[in-house]
Amino acid sequence: MNSIKKFFTELLQYPSAFIGMMYIIGLVIFSIYVVIALPYDEAISLWRGDENTWYKTPRTAQPKWVNWFREEDLPETFSFNSADQLDTKTEEFSNGTNKILISFPFEYNSELFPQEVSLYFKSNYDAKQPFVNVKLITPDGRTINLNSFSIGRTHTYRLSQDQKLQRKFFGISPEKGIFVDPTLDNDDPTLLKAVPGTYELVVEGVAFEENSSLDAELIVYGHVYGWAGTDHRRRDISIALMWGAPVALTFGLLSALGTTITTMIIAAVGTWYGGWIDEVIQRITEVNLILPFLSILIMIGTFYSKSLWVMLIAVIALSIFGGAIKGFRAVFLQIKEAPYVEAARAYGASNWRIIMQYLVPRIVPLLIPQLVILIPANVFLEASLNIINLGDPVLPTWGKLIQNGVGNGALTQGYYYWVLEPAFVLLITGLSFALVGFSMDRIFNPRLRGV
Amino acid sequence: MAESTLQSPIPVVTKKKSSESAVWRVTKYMAVRLVTMAFTVVIGLYLTILIANMGGYVDEIRRNDIRETIQQQVMNDRSLQSLTPTQRTQLIQDRIVVEEKRLGLDRPFVLRSFGFLWDAVTLNLGFAEFINADNGSRQVRLIVLERLPSTLVLFGTSNIILFFVTLYLALTLSRNYGSWWDRFIVATSPMSAAPSWFYGIFVIVIFAAFLKVLPFGGMVSAPPPDNRIEYGLSMLKHMILPTLAIALNQVTFAIYNNRTFFLIYSSEDYVEMAKAKGLPAREVERKYILRPTLPTNITNFAFLLIGVWGGAPIFEGVFNWPGLGRTTLIAAGLFDTPVIVGTTVIFAYLLALTVFLLDFVYALVDPRVKIGSEGSSQ
Repeated sequence: MNSIKKFFTELLQYPSAFIGMMYIIGLVIFSIYVVIALPYDEAISLWRGDENTWYKTPRTAQPKWVNWFREEDLPETFSFNSADQLDTKTEEFSNGTNKILISFPFEYNSELFPQEVSLYFKSNYDAKQPFVNVKLITPDGRTINLNSFSIGRTHTYRLSQDQKLQRKFFGISPEKGIFVDPTLDNDDPTLLKAVPGTYELVVEGVAFEENSSLDAELIVYGHVYGWAGTDHRRRDISIALMWGAPVALTFGLLSALGTTITTMIIAAVGTWYGGWIDEVIQRITEVNLILPFLSILIMIGTFYSKSLWVMLIAVIALSIFGGAIKGFRAVFLQIKEAPYVEAARAYGASNWRIIMQYLVPRIVPLLIPQLVILIPANVFLEASLNIINLGDPVLPTWGKLIQNGVGNGALTQGYYYWVLEPAFVLLITGLSFALVGFSMDRIFNPRLRGV
Repeated sequence: MAESTLQSPIPVVTKKKSSESAVWRVTKYMAVRLVTMAFTVVIGLYLTILIANMGGYVDEIRRNDIRETIQQQVMNDRSLQSLTPTQRTQLIQDRIVVEEKRLGLDRPFVLRSFGFLWDAVTLNLGFAEFINADNGSRQVRLIVLERLPSTLVLFGTSNIILFFVTLYLALTLSRNYGSWWDRFIVATSPMSAAPSWFYGIFVIVIFAAFLKVLPFGGMVSAPPPDNRIEYGLSMLKHMILPTLAIALNQVTFAIYNNRTFFLIYSSEDYVEMAKAKGLPAREVERKYILRPTLPTNITNFAFLLIGVWGGAPIFEGVFNWPGLGRTTLIAAGLFDTPVIVGTTVIFAYLLALTVFLLDFVYALVDPRVKIGSEGSSQ
């Protein structure tokens, strides 16, 4: 107990190790929170969700905090639903037709245009489809007839993709055209600006049956969303950022633990028994050195399974006979000659007892830094596997975010946040473990102290 | 050639007779290493083959596949409709036996695996299923040989540059122990925890996407210049970012590592003695610090190089470098088994070659091999 306390006081003398330690503790608490707050199944179903799950969020939207660094704030997304906001809807039944009037007045404060404007309809009818007419009233009182069409049980009207409307606005994309002041004759489309003010979107519906109903949802998509932004499938990146933490920690910790402990025991057995066992272990180490690690993982991922657990086991199996075994062996060879081991042998301790009770405990000082330094390596390995499409097919992780981003042109099209956010978290996590590990190495190996 | 390189590093005090035996010792050492290495490679290749064939499970799949296809063929063949069910079963059975014999599936997997091993050792890598070489050939050997040079150029150049740069900087830092730069290197050495492709993304964002001064990836600009000099220059330009990424990953840690060893060795008594004799600082460094640490430095470098080889598929993928690693990735995407196995085999050879070459350099610089002290040749 006392030695642990002494170790921590010593560790805290390195400010970098202290910061790293704080971050790691924070990350562990955060991971536990994430797993409780957003359970595995929920996270997976959200992450694998299709357009229906994510229709409310904009595509490749930047995180909200980019507005802190901008002179002109990027518009946010807002929506209205006539099913929830009953005051937006009036119904009038006469002569067998049901006239439904839905009106969404909204304040548009930005001079920048929204990303998209869409209307989602839901209706109930037996045989005859309801018919709607959509129009927009601008702040200066003009009425723009947008479109009219009959709708099925569900219908999506994407303003931005309405070709007819685009021709009406002389080639300007409709989500811009409706916000532009037409009296300003501007030839340069890059100089177009939205007119702030109160707009009103009106849906005039006619239903031809007594008990048919009609509801509409208006979504004006902005350019920012949440604290992490969204990807090309409108998914909230923060889900993968959050779930990446427990996945990375689990993978890093388990693989590092599995590798170091097995390696240590094998090194201990090899040195204790010596002879041909030691020789075989040495030869396996050499074979292991020339096995192309990543190529073999690629083969396993392609031919067997890409599951995180299969990869974990493969990584452990391929790393057991790594370079660390030589370092452990050198130390064990020294310990083997120590008088107390001699004494243990004299009182008749079994081989296993000597290995587990006399050899192994002495190596712990060497083991722990090794372990801590191995964790970031494996955290990055998990990300690497994702980059080459060998990541777990289901789990949302940091590496997968980077891979998705790079694969969908985030770097060439300027969606830097998409790649840089997970990269930054990975870097901080990796560096924290490495800093703590390096400091531990210096504490446990006095040879390195002072240099 | 070998003799002249061997002669020079031998200490002046060594007499003619012992220098001959030094050559003999190095040769013997290398011969032993060559034989063990050959064995190691064979075992490594065999393991690769076992993994690629799922320890024989692939054979099962192929057998079932054959059975299925032949059954379909016989069922759908109009001319065989008149046969009785037993005759038909007999016919199917016969055809399966013929087909399995044709593909060599009638022999047990263990035997066949040795055939595969021989093919792998002799680089008889078979034919690709989807990927072509530039001349249209489907021979895996040609595909691999075609992509190998670009991988070697990239990793060879960048690593050799980095090796000498880090050695030089480490020496300079060990002279200025405790300076601002020294502390900076110590503080940034954990940067090596992140792999090189990771820094690759950062340098691409900064230099290609943001500043638009260097290309995103690839080996030469498109279309490739006809002029040889322009081609070379274009390639150099494309190599800047990958080299920078490798440097960010390795440099600080390598400098830190080398510097630490230099510091440990520079407090040895014989260094103090040399200084007291009044030898110039350069000479003390070269003869008394650099020489004894060289084996350790080379070992560190060897492990770095092996790590870099291992990371080649991702690194080349990120930089779109048309080398062997990226071929592995493309093959994995297309499930082109022969190419995946072929590139893995080549990587195993490359690793073995690296280890062997570094062993050779090690034998040249490590006095223990030449003097022949017992048990130091591990």
